Amino acid sequence: MSDFTGIFRLALQALIRNKVRSMLTMLGIVIGVAAVIVTVAIGSGARVSVQQSINSLGSNLIVVQPGSVTSTGARGGFGTASTLTPADGMAIAQLPGVSAVSPAVTIRTQIVAGDNNWQTTVTGVAPTYSFIRSWPMASGSFFTQNDVNDAAKVAVLGQTDVSELFPNGQNPVGQTILIKGVPFTVVGTLTALGQSSLGTDQDDTVLIPYTSAMQRITGQTTVSQLMVSATTGDEIAPVQTEVTTLLEQRHAIAAGRPDDFQVRNLQSIAAAASSTGAVMEFLLAGVAAVSLIVGGIGIMNIMMVSVTERTREIGLRMSVGARSATILRQFLTEATVLAACGGVIGVIAGFIGTFIVAALAKWPTQIPIAWVLFSIAFSALVGIFFGYYPAKKAAGLNPIEALRFE
Amino acid sequence: MLVEEQIVEQLSQPVVRVEGLRKVYSLGDSEVIALAGIDLEIRAGEFIAVMGPSGSGKSTFMQITGLLDNPTDGHYYFEGTDVSRLDGDARADIRSRRLGFVFQAYNLLPRTSALENVELPMVYAGVPAAERARIAHEKMGIVGVAHLAQHHPNQMSGGQQQRVAIARSLVNNPGLILADEPTGALDTKTSEDVMRIFRELNEQQGITIMLVTHEPDIAAHAKRIVTFRDGHVVSDHDKTEVAA
Ligand SMILES: Nc1ncnc2c1ncn2[C@@H]1O[C@H](COP(=O)(O)OP(=O)(O)OP(=O)(O)O)[C@@H](O)[C@H]1O
Ligand SMILES: [Mg+2]
Repeated sequence: MSDFTGIFRLALQALIRNKVRSMLTMLGIVIGVAAVIVTVAIGSGARVSVQQSINSLGSNLIVVQPGSVTSTGARGGFGTASTLTPADGMAIAQLPGVSAVSPAVTIRTQIVAGDNNWQTTVTGVAPTYSFIRSWPMASGSFFTQNDVNDAAKVAVLGQTDVSELFPNGQNPVGQTILIKGVPFTVVGTLTALGQSSLGTDQDDTVLIPYTSAMQRITGQTTVSQLMVSATTGDEIAPVQTEVTTLLEQRHAIAAGRPDDFQVRNLQSIAAAASSTGAVMEFLLAGVAAVSLIVGGIGIMNIMMVSVTERTREIGLRMSVGARSATILRQFLTEATVLAACGGVIGVIAGFIGTFIVAALAKWPTQIPIAWVLFSIAFSALVGIFFGYYPAKKAAGLNPIEALRFE
Repeated sequence: MLVEEQIVEQLSQPVVRVEGLRKVYSLGDSEVIALAGIDLEIRAGEFIAVMGPSGSGKSTFMQITGLLDNPTDGHYYFEGTDVSRLDGDARADIRSRRLGFVFQAYNLLPRTSALENVELPMVYAGVPAAERARIAHEKMGIVGVAHLAQHHPNQMSGGQQQRVAIARSLVNNPGLILADEPTGALDTKTSEDVMRIFRELNEQQGITIMLVTHEPDIAAHAKRIVTFRDGHVVSDHDKTEVAA
């Protein structure tokens, strides 16, 4: 009978007549939706940036680490058997489909230059490292294979270490730094990569020949990991298999016995990271969805009170010609508009909350537009679902009794 | 039958004709006979006051003539059509198009402007917005509250609120206006003002009006007085006929 815009206006008028109550009713939905948005923004932001940083490491990268892998995929005996040697790396470099290999020896230590000192990560690598990471030089040059052969005391600095050790802007190339008391000559500096999405400063690094690291600093014959670069993305899987076979052979591991190393490619690491992220996201989104339902019950509660309070009004509306179905639609529209407005305000609050989290926690965030639309649509659904019972109650009133209601 | 004859036939139909109208309320095992067989006709242009002691069935009669409820027994013809057994939606549609209500308690929507209150029945009748505003202004002008269009009910006196309510009852050009004790909440002076408006509407616009009152002074404004007792009509007094 009556047009939809008319009903919509009536519903809006009724909501505006009770501004404070409408606001309070919306609050549950607002909080629920804001929680959903912030949660998803944090979760998917982290996931996207993990993916990005892994890709920036070189998507054809395969990492060989010491330690065994159980059948469930969990790492066991971690750190007990450090078995990888540079010779393993050289053998791997001979395999087809491998473009470059670099051992990596990681040392967390203090470095000193003149009066300045700085806690950093020193990594012993091969010259191929700069190719594997596709990390260009800012000044000077990377050390050479000769430096590796000689276990030369040369170092390449990341930009953070440059600014920490040489705060006055001197050219670091040619200067001497002390690593665990051993003097190294700086031969080059790396370009700035900035923060990784995981929050670590990639420029906070010193690279030295792996031989120097092993002989002059750790005194060990094993390395922390081997970084292997496949020629193409398609070569990753075959290379992984070959590397496994080769190392089992070299380490004399009998068939059926667990390996003392594990071969992983960055895609699988990325997939693991993002699936962990996805699980977290779902859990948090579940919590948020529960709060949305609580918000919906809030709407139902207030709508019930509202129907009772407005009984006479409903009687009047019926006496001037509103059909039951029209009253039903009007109250349903009120609940839906209320919930949808709550959804929109919640999205805005979610954006603000996300912004604050991103700024305070320096956490990467990303708000997928699909979730924004989904939240608003879901809120409206919550409104329809929880508004239906009160609306039905209103529509079922007898006009005479409703008019007589005190 | 010729078209003119049909129209004449239609016009000569009484607005309301009830035959043997009964309404029985059952309260558990006891029964209350609110209307015990009413026969009555109301013709277009009449102005009727319904009187009678409390509990005599006046409001019940108004509710049934106003199509807010169905009779238990008997027949009700509204503008020539049998409406005794209509369902809720059909009754709502006739209320929307052909009936106007004025209540003792005004029943205006709170925190809503007088104009929007007057427009309300037209929203449910599906009248376009611009048309609604025009008609609402026109009817408010007729009852002398055009200047109160933007006032909310709590910013108006009882008399002003009742005039707004009368304007609201007029917007769909009803065939019948039903008013159950419209002056019940008003003082004598204001009651007289409201009754004068009803009289003008009846005399100048030919609108058919039926109102319930306990006060003879109020009933004196009407052209015809029907008295109820125990669910029966005990007297039906037409002043125009007496004067004639
Ligand atoms: N919904 C109802 N259920 C049961 N009995 C009712 C109901 N409505 C009215 N009655 C009874 O029907 C009879 C007529 O009531 P009605 O309201 O029509 O009287 P009235 O003439 O309008 O009285 P008053 O002058 O006090 O308004 C009364 O006995 C009343 O108690
Ligand atoms: Mg009564």
